[in-house]
Formats: sequence, structure tokens, C-alpha cells
Amino acid sequence: MSKVLFEPKQIVVPGETLAEGMDNLPGEGTFRDGDKIVANVLGLMNVKGRLISLIPLSGKYKPKRDDVIIGRVTDIASKGWIVNINCAYHAMITLKDATSDFIPKDANLSKYYDVGDYVLAKIVKVTSQNLIDLSMRDPRFKKLDGGRLIEINTTKVPRVIGKAASMISMIKEKTGCRIFVGQNGLVWLKGEPKGENVAAEAILKIERESHLSGLTDQIEKFIVKSLK
Amino acid sequence: MAYTKRHDGRKMDETRPVEAEVGVIKNADGSARFKIGDTEAYAAVYGPRELYPSFLKNPSQGTLRCYYNMLPFSGMGNRVRPGPSRRSKEISLVTHNCFQPIVDLRAFPNTVVDVYIELTDTDAGSRCAGICAASMALAHAGVPMKDLVSAVSGGKVGKSVLVDLDYKEEAYENEEVSDMPVAVLPRTGEIVLLQMDGKISVDEIKKALKILKKPIEKIYELQKTALKNSFTGGEK
Repeated sequence: MSKVLFEPKQIVVPGETLAEGMDNLPGEGTFRDGDKIVANVLGLMNVKGRLISLIPLSGKYKPKRDDVIIGRVTDIASKGWIVNINCAYHAMITLKDATSDFIPKDANLSKYYDVGDYVLAKIVKVTSQNLIDLSMRDPRFKKLDGGRLIEINTTKVPRVIGKAASMISMIKEKTGCRIFVGQNGLVWLKGEPKGENVAAEAILKIERESHLSGLTDQIEKFIVKSLK
Repeated sequence: MAYTKRHDGRKMDETRPVEAEVGVIKNADGSARFKIGDTEAYAAVYGPRELYPSFLKNPSQGTLRCYYNMLPFSGMGNRVRPGPSRRSKEISLVTHNCFQPIVDLRAFPNTVVDVYIELTDTDAGSRCAGICAASMALAHAGVPMKDLVSAVSGGKVGKSVLVDLDYKEEAYENEEVSDMPVAVLPRTGEIVLLQMDGKISVDEIKKALKILKKPIEKIYELQKTALKNSFTGGEK
């Protein structure tokens, strides 16, 4: 008879036995040792049918295909740009995927994106050795001019965005800021100085208090109070 | 005079007061503080991040690097020359050897995870405190690992086998003294570090390993609560 030893959403640490018996399957963040399923990372318990997995609570950003991220151009190579995307590996934007415009041969690439520029882009490919290709061939992907960047833990990004983007649209609406949240934990915002300050504080508050429930209402109150 | 009563009134299998805290260094990806008596260790983990120089890169899995360092003002204040020494290199190596089998860096080829252990205050048992702190910091950094590591020293003074020797006991002059740091994986009970200096019989080693079990369990529980509390905002 199999036994699951933790409730869903409980925090477990590496090495804790999550379930006994062969009826359950080890998912992400877990491994099997004999007839036991054991935690591999610090995370939240997640049970889906027979599958036991962990939602990591910390750690660096792991690049995934189709993620929209914010990166900083660190170098210009002969065939494209090298971008720091706030993870263990750098990424590459090739000439082909850099803009929807035509880039002539022998063009000065720094005219498009220069070293130090921040860009919003999408990950199109991650290889087994974690070579990452980005694409900006869509009008919504662009160079980020002005504004400010804040860094949050990548595991808190879903909380900042909220269910069906409820949290982030609420912040945008109340503060009048333009905000982009990269899956890699970089958040770009631009707006009137006061609204920008309040929005930045609100996002950092979400990061700190992400374990509380009913956060959207609390953040809304916080923004309304701060804007007065 | 035989050493039958400990100078600070502890029982033979009792550790000094232990404190554990997670998330003490904001810029690090993971960090922890571990204090046992007057020995205090800070550990910071950075990474996985790019590894330079490039020839050190390993394309099949990530690399782990550990650094142990005692600050010049720690201990008796006699380590006035800062930086690496013969002793700190050895301890960095045994710390690395104790984490290498449990961290799983196959998902991060060509990268490095750096573990920095700094001791602000030492009163013997510093490598054990460092390992306890580093294990919490690695978990806090989200590094995949099979288990935490809990460590404490055992040993003997005269005819008494005891746990967690402090400096006064380690340097006890009138009797034979032996000090044995031990690090254990709490889930399986496997030993990942066992060193010894001084003179000790096989029976005494066996006895020391036996009385170590309870304090190790206590330390493991503290590490676990510290890690969990850092995410729920609970009592430190």
C-alpha cells in the first residue's frame, strides 16, 4: 500500500521522503530510491494523480522554449548579438531573428542593438548543452528605452503576473506604467515618476510576500494608499 | 585529574547551543548562517554560473568549488595573515568531497557552483559548522541535491567519549585528547566526512559514532526548520 507523506503545497527540503510504495511516480524535483520517492530540491509539494513533483522555491532561471525574457546585450559577434539573460548561460540573437526589418550585408550591427542595451525577446531554442537562441521577429519584441529594471526571483514571476495576468494588469492600470515581466526575473517598467516608484515597490512587495493568499487585494490597497 | 565532568557542565552527548538561519546574504543565490557555541559560520552559494577560465569547463556536468576561510579576527585572533593556508586548503577539499556525491549538476553542463564558507568566530568544530551552513545554503540556492548534510564532531578527552568538543577540550593538556569531525547524510546515515587527529581506540571510535547520532538528528531538524521558515516568514 502506497503512502504520500506530505500534503500538497507543503514545503519540503532536499532528502525528505515524499512517498512510500511503488504506486506513485517521481516527477520533476524528485527521484526514486528503492520504494521511496525523495525530494531533490527545496520546493512545494505538488501531487497530480499518481505523479509527485516539486515546484522549486528558489534557484536560478532555467531557460525554456517560448519563454519571453529580458536580456542585456553584452557583445556583438559577426553573425549576431550575445545577450546576458540572467541565467547560467548566455544567449544569442542571430541576424536572421533580430528584427522584422531587413539587415543589409556589412551593416553596422551596433545601430540595431548596442552593447548595454536591454531587449525583450523570446527563446526559440535551447539545446542539451544549453546553447540558447533568441528571436525578436515580432513587433512586440523590442529594445527597451529608458524606464527602470528591477530583479526578482524567477520562481516568483508567476505570482507577479497573477492568474490570467490579473495582478500585473491591476498594477499597470492603477499606476499607469508600462511593465514587461521577463520569465527570467527581470522586470522593466516605465511611467510617471510617482507611479513608477509605487509599481516597483509593489512588485518587490509581491516577491517578499508571495506565500500569502489574497495578495492581489492587498497589493491593490497598498497601491491606492501609496498613490494618495 | 580525570576528565569526567565537562568544564561547561554539558552532558557527554550534548552539543553547545545551536542556531541556524537561512538567507543572510542578500546578493548570493543562496546563503545560511550556522552557529554552534562560539563557532559561527557563514556560507554563500553563487551559481550555477559561467565558469572561467574556459579550460576548466566540463561539458558533461557542472563543477562544484568550495572555499573555506577563517577570518583574521576569528579564533584567538592569531590568524593575522588572511587568505588561504595549508589548513584551509585541506578543509576546502574535504568539504568539496563531502558535497560532490550529493549535488546533482548534470543539468548544468559547463557551469560552476561556488560555495564560500567564512568563519567569523571559531572555538573548535569549525569545519562541521561550515559544512552545516554550506548544506543549507546549497539547498537555499535551489541546487538539486540528494540530501542535506549534518555534521558535528565527536572525540574523547581522557577516558570520556564525548560530542562537540570546544577549543578548551581540544587543547586539554593533562589527558590524551582526540577530535573526530563527522558529517552524515541524515536520511541514509551514510558518512561523507570522517577525519581524526589524536589517539583513539577502535572501540572508542565506535562509541563516539554511536553517541553522535542523536545530536546529528537535532542539528538536521534545526537545518530543516530554518530552511522552511525562510519561505513562510515563520520564527527564525
